[in-house]
Amino acid sequence: MALLRKSVQLLLPKVCHNAAPISSAQRLLHSSEAHRQVAEEVERPQGKTKCTLIPGDGIGPELLYCVQEVFKAADVPIEFETFFFSEVHAGMSAPLEQVAGSVTRNGICLKGTLATPDYSNIGELQSLNMKLRQALDLYANVVHVKSWPGIKLRHEGIDAVIIREQTEGEYSALEHESVPGVVECLKIVTAAKSERIAKFAFDYATKHNRKKVTAVHKANIMKLGDGLFLKSCQDMAKMYPKIEFEAMIVDNCTMQMVSNPQQFDVLVMPNLYGSILDNLASGLTGGAGCVAGASYSAECVVFEPGARHTYSEAVGKNVANPTAMLLCGAKMLQHVNLHFYSDLIRNSLAKVYIDGKVKTKDVGGQSTTKDLVYAIIQNLGNKP
Amino acid sequence: MACRIVSKLSSLGNIRGIEQISCRQAATLSAFDIQHKSPVVRKLKSIPKAQYGGRHTVTMLPGGGIGPELMEHVREIFRLGGMPVDFEVVNIDPHSDGNDDLEYLITSIKRNGVAIKGNIETGSLDTGIASRNVALRNELDLFVNVLKCKSYPGVPARYSDLDIIIVRQNTEGEYAMLEHESVHGVVESMKIVTAENSERVARFAFEYAKSHGRKRVTTIHKANIMKLSDGLFLETSNRVAKDYPNIAHNNMIIDNCCMQLVSNPHQFDVMNMTNLYGTIVSNVICGLMGGAGLLSGRNYGDHYAVFEPGTRNTGTSIAGKGIANPIAMLNAAVDMLEHLGHNTHAGILSDAIRKTVCDDKILTADLGGSASTKEVVNCIKKYVIEETSKMKWFD
Repeated sequence: MALLRKSVQLLLPKVCHNAAPISSAQRLLHSSEAHRQVAEEVERPQGKTKCTLIPGDGIGPELLYCVQEVFKAADVPIEFETFFFSEVHAGMSAPLEQVAGSVTRNGICLKGTLATPDYSNIGELQSLNMKLRQALDLYANVVHVKSWPGIKLRHEGIDAVIIREQTEGEYSALEHESVPGVVECLKIVTAAKSERIAKFAFDYATKHNRKKVTAVHKANIMKLGDGLFLKSCQDMAKMYPKIEFEAMIVDNCTMQMVSNPQQFDVLVMPNLYGSILDNLASGLTGGAGCVAGASYSAECVVFEPGARHTYSEAVGKNVANPTAMLLCGAKMLQHVNLHFYSDLIRNSLAKVYIDGKVKTKDVGGQSTTKDLVYAIIQNLGNKP
Repeated sequence: MACRIVSKLSSLGNIRGIEQISCRQAATLSAFDIQHKSPVVRKLKSIPKAQYGGRHTVTMLPGGGIGPELMEHVREIFRLGGMPVDFEVVNIDPHSDGNDDLEYLITSIKRNGVAIKGNIETGSLDTGIASRNVALRNELDLFVNVLKCKSYPGVPARYSDLDIIIVRQNTEGEYAMLEHESVHGVVESMKIVTAENSERVARFAFEYAKSHGRKRVTTIHKANIMKLSDGLFLETSNRVAKDYPNIAHNNMIIDNCCMQLVSNPHQFDVMNMTNLYGTIVSNVICGLMGGAGLLSGRNYGDHYAVFEPGTRNTGTSIAGKGIANPIAMLNAAVDMLEHLGHNTHAGILSDAIRKTVCDDKILTADLGGSASTKEVVNCIKKYVIEETSKMKWFD
């Protein structure tokens, strides 16, 4: 514990004061040695892949430190380019252009959650998170909720993918007060973006051998806005004769999700519904600490936890659950064809959870963050 | 409508010149044309490409004969080289009498925008069943086929240093599939030439010549006999040529062309021709260069691109023996990577192929060597791994 705290303290000032990329210096901070030689043939033995790292607010830096620790132990050929990026500490934050440029260049990014204050101090309606998404055109958010072995849950056998449009809809940041006391908030739905997200969902389903796509909407009330979204999905479904398509109203969908979540396969929805269902489904499968997510644009991917909470109360207490962030890391490795390392980390995680000896408090255990990380490192190379 | 057509056309980056198609021509596209599947410009709606997070999804059609084994090698090399492409494999049963598989394949290519294919056999002789290859090209409106014929030094061949580009009309001409028996014993087969398609192909040829620094375009025809149909093709090429004053343009009759090809092939640079002449000329050149196993062909339409081995043979006789030449299929993969914009990866793979063929001289039997498919592929893999491990991922 003391070791970890020391390391985090080491890491934090470094991150805060260097807005510029740190890259190789970052790796020197790791305390554990690469203790296991990887004997199998891997795709890219020497070349290093660069990845942008945004620690974020709250427990973000601690969790990403855990990821770096595990990567170091597994000898993963990834080099991080770190940026401190924050809305609540705007003064220390790296400029948006610099961060976006780095992600565009590297194609991949690992990101903690950014805190978004309820009231902006500069009067802007758009949060930094949204600005980053706009800058990179990260239009599709994918959260894969799956029952994780070794965690006691209300439902067994959940395996659903929630795909969310996240560049328009309710998050368009277009609000105004027409007359005093009357505020209008515009929800924007466009055919082009609806079509794009629908195609993303169906392509995702095709690629991952999924059978069904469910479009979640509220077209019975918002007949034009959500109607357009629904119609785009229906049109796109015709291009995918082998995938079943159904539509579901969002209120019914939330009820079905808590009563019979096994029926869902791939879900596609507009922005706000996605945010709600992401959190709902994450709650069903072990909470915010266990569910990984990713945001896609055509050119790059940002891997971040599925339910975005900063959990600032837990900063420095060594209680946060790094599972989600590690899964993000594993997904990221898979994305850049480093399947071997990805499987190494996933298998180790699964083994630790199935053994059930080391668990953090949020999933019913007594262990600390550090204990879990070291258990995972110890189990690298083991299969569940 | 004209705007829509122009924006549709502009999606194919490397033939920007096509944007110049006039409003008049676009306006001639009536609902009747589309409904009756006439082999002119197809009206296709563009949908977003399957590119997410820098990775592309590509439809892979292993086809018949040696296709499946070669595709397996392609996938293995892509995995080892970390090429950011995912494949959606679609199989077609060659003996089925239905068109369901084919329709699914076409839908899949429409979704992904890009495909790599082996050759498909059309087992059924039923006249209702279209040739799968021809149907695919027509449905996707892949109006041009490009064959890059560049000699590999080190491969025993009749001529070395050949560097010819064949641009072939791909959807009409003799392949229009309009045949009928008017009276008993008299069969008519129609060869269709349209101004729209001739213009698109000619523009493609000249744009290609312009963007690749080529000096001359030669139009191949038989306008002395088919005065109207080939005449239209030739006339269109002559008209398009006027827009490209820096590129020389000449024309040649197909029979003379074949003779010139086998006696003095170095005179040719970019060749522009109709469908049937294209298949003849490409086979002649492949023969001069060392056989069917080397070259890859690209088929382009306004929205879609399909990559395949250059001479469209299934090689059923050598399937499963492990002696097929994998170079053509791998070259098709290189073309595909280039088209998707992954130039670094394309460079790595094409270098590996060149080193294997030219430097190490590991050749399969059809090129006069004695290596098996596996030996060739292993050598290429070795170079690919070597190069990939040196590079930085997304640089």
